[in-house]
Amino acid sequence: MTDAQTSPVADRKIDRSKMAVSDEVAIEIRDMNKWFGNFHVLRDINLTVNQGERIVVCGPSGSGKSTLIRCINALEEHQKGTISVDGTLLSNDLKNIDRVRSEVGMVFQHFNLFPHLTILENCTLAPIWVRKTPKREAEETAMYFLNKVKIPEQADKYPGQLSGGQQQRVAIARSLCMRPRIMLFDEPTSALDPEMIKEVLDTMIQLAEEGMTMICVTHEMGFARQVANRVIFMDQGQIVEQNEPEEFFNNPKSDRTKLFLSQILGH
Amino acid sequence: MSDVHAQTVSYVRETMLPEAEPPVTERGAIKWLRENLFSSWLNAILTILSLFVIYYVLSHTLGWMLYGIWDAGSLTECRQIRNELYGEDASVACWAVLADRWDQLLFGFYPQDLYWRPVAALLVFFVAVSPILFEGVPRKLFYLTAAAPFICFWLIWGGTIWGPIVVALGFVIAGAIFRYGAEMVGPLLAIIGAFLVPILYWLLLAGPLTGMLNSIAPIGMQYVSSDEIGGFMLAFIIGITGIILSFPLGILLALGRQSDLFIINKTCVTFIEVIRGVPLIVWLFTASLLLNYFLPPGTNFDLLLRVIIMVTFFASAYMAEVIRGGLAALPRGQYEGADSLGLNYWQSMQLIILPQALKISIPGIVNTFIGLFKDTTLVVFVGLSDPIGFSNLIRATTDWNGIYWELFIFIGLCFFICCFSMSKYSQFLERKLRTEHR
Ligand SMILES: Nc1ncnc2c1ncn2[C@@H]1O[C@H](COP(=O)(O)OP(=O)(O)O)[C@@H](O)[C@H]1O
Ligand SMILES: [Mg+2]
Repeated sequence: MTDAQTSPVADRKIDRSKMAVSDEVAIEIRDMNKWFGNFHVLRDINLTVNQGERIVVCGPSGSGKSTLIRCINALEEHQKGTISVDGTLLSNDLKNIDRVRSEVGMVFQHFNLFPHLTILENCTLAPIWVRKTPKREAEETAMYFLNKVKIPEQADKYPGQLSGGQQQRVAIARSLCMRPRIMLFDEPTSALDPEMIKEVLDTMIQLAEEGMTMICVTHEMGFARQVANRVIFMDQGQIVEQNEPEEFFNNPKSDRTKLFLSQILGH
Repeated sequence: MSDVHAQTVSYVRETMLPEAEPPVTERGAIKWLRENLFSSWLNAILTILSLFVIYYVLSHTLGWMLYGIWDAGSLTECRQIRNELYGEDASVACWAVLADRWDQLLFGFYPQDLYWRPVAALLVFFVAVSPILFEGVPRKLFYLTAAAPFICFWLIWGGTIWGPIVVALGFVIAGAIFRYGAEMVGPLLAIIGAFLVPILYWLLLAGPLTGMLNSIAPIGMQYVSSDEIGGFMLAFIIGITGIILSFPLGILLALGRQSDLFIINKTCVTFIEVIRGVPLIVWLFTASLLLNYFLPPGTNFDLLLRVIIMVTFFASAYMAEVIRGGLAALPRGQYEGADSLGLNYWQSMQLIILPQALKISIPGIVNTFIGLFKDTTLVVFVGLSDPIGFSNLIRATTDWNGIYWELFIFIGLCFFICCFSMSKYSQFLERKLRTEHR
């Protein structure tokens, strides 16, 4: 295993005291299928995520990882099966979709900050317009979370003036301002320079320590080992294998998983 | 180590050299000339050629313009003065036509003692748009912005003050139904009501109500009919109304064209393609001739109003395509970012997508505005007397028969000033909105 894969988080003792998994179901996916035109991109996905779980999804490029987590907040429609988030069934009802989206935070590979708004405005926009929070209160919350991701001093700058790592931390803060119960991460570090990966992972670890339910698509295996309580391996639109990190890495069952791990970990 | 150091740094300068200026060929005007005008042989030849062309044009026109005669009652008188001053074969401008007829070029046949009214309307317009155009203007002015169309209408056409007030009331009713109706009868019914109730009100109630109010309190100004409006005033009325109305309409059409809803999508596409695919002049003739067949007999639907509607439709089709370009240029991540935060469609359009798309489209939008403003000269063909129309009328009089350049130069200059200001404003706006530092 290369050091680069583990080093970002290895120097940190992780506080597991609040990382308890509850019995309460946060996300329930039943026999879900999705097609892009005729292309069957997700096949018979079954996945239950409890409140407080930290799940890492990995798999070769094009295996449907992004599509899977984008289905959870209805950025993509699924065609068959059911997804329910916090007890709300994702159907075509726009009301449900908007409600789920405001409960589920999402962090993208390319940050997707709004370049025409300042960092503070990026963070207060949704609370003010979706949650109808008064402006002052929304700004206080935003500053609280910007403090948390350690960039309060950038509040009045525009996204274009920040480094990639800083932008990604703002994106995380922006999602947190909606006080989501679940956070989705789609390869949050893969567009970043190596020296910035650590700061973003640190932020994510901090979130995990506070008991946030998280689903992360990532190839940071160090993060997976230390933070995840379950690792899911996907290939060709299917969940091939899922297990606790120790078992997953040391004792993979399927050949595809073994092949993938050997490639990514450079054995 | 320190030995080596002592040896290598054996000489240390103790005084600073005085600051020297760059060589004479590298500074000031000479540097500028060298870099911009004479950087290469080709450039030098082009420079000399351009200088010659400028000289040639100016030597033939400058005298004509500067020695122009301002004080005369007719072209014949102009010629007499010229003969006395400069001799028979001198060529000088006869600006006297402008001095004599400026009022008609600007106001048409608008009653002379009422010229203050269109001027006041223009001032109201500028104050009303200032909070939209510039930051730092008191936000309270937005109330004026909302009232401005009615104030301007009343100032220009006059008549009873109750007309515009009763019409404005229709919008207030629409707003109230939209705002409070949602809670009482549900959002869909509220939207339908916000459309239907005001229309019924305008068609059935507005007329009698105006009459009644007017008989109770007859407040009003002298009425001026559309036939009396002409010249630049006409160009401004059509141009400004067209610009203001075509902008939101263009946005809606652009959004409609992007929509997944089949009916809305196809309606917008058809509208845009049909309007854009036919020359404006054809639409103007349609407005002036054909509409009369479709409207119930006896309705007197102001020609000016019909022309404004056509010009607005025409410009909004172009606007829609310009804005669609801006929408398409936005990365999909912006839509997804907005969606993932739970913003609904109109919120994400208003807060995220349109501000950026419109910013990208500023050059194209202003281009459309400028085009629209200049296209107002086409209304001369349907019998409205815009500046060109008036120049024709002026040239048809015995006094000024035979004069061309002076009028066209004046009209051209006025249009140029307006269009150039719009262009400058758009550049200012682009600079102001530049937030990316990539
Ligand atoms: N909008 C789309 N339209 C058509 N095909 C798509 C679309 N998005 C993704 N795909 C295809 O679906 C497959 C899975 O994509 P994705 O979920 O992004 O994979 P991953 O994130 O695992 O790399 C890929 O083959 C991709 O080409
Ligand atoms: Mg992906």
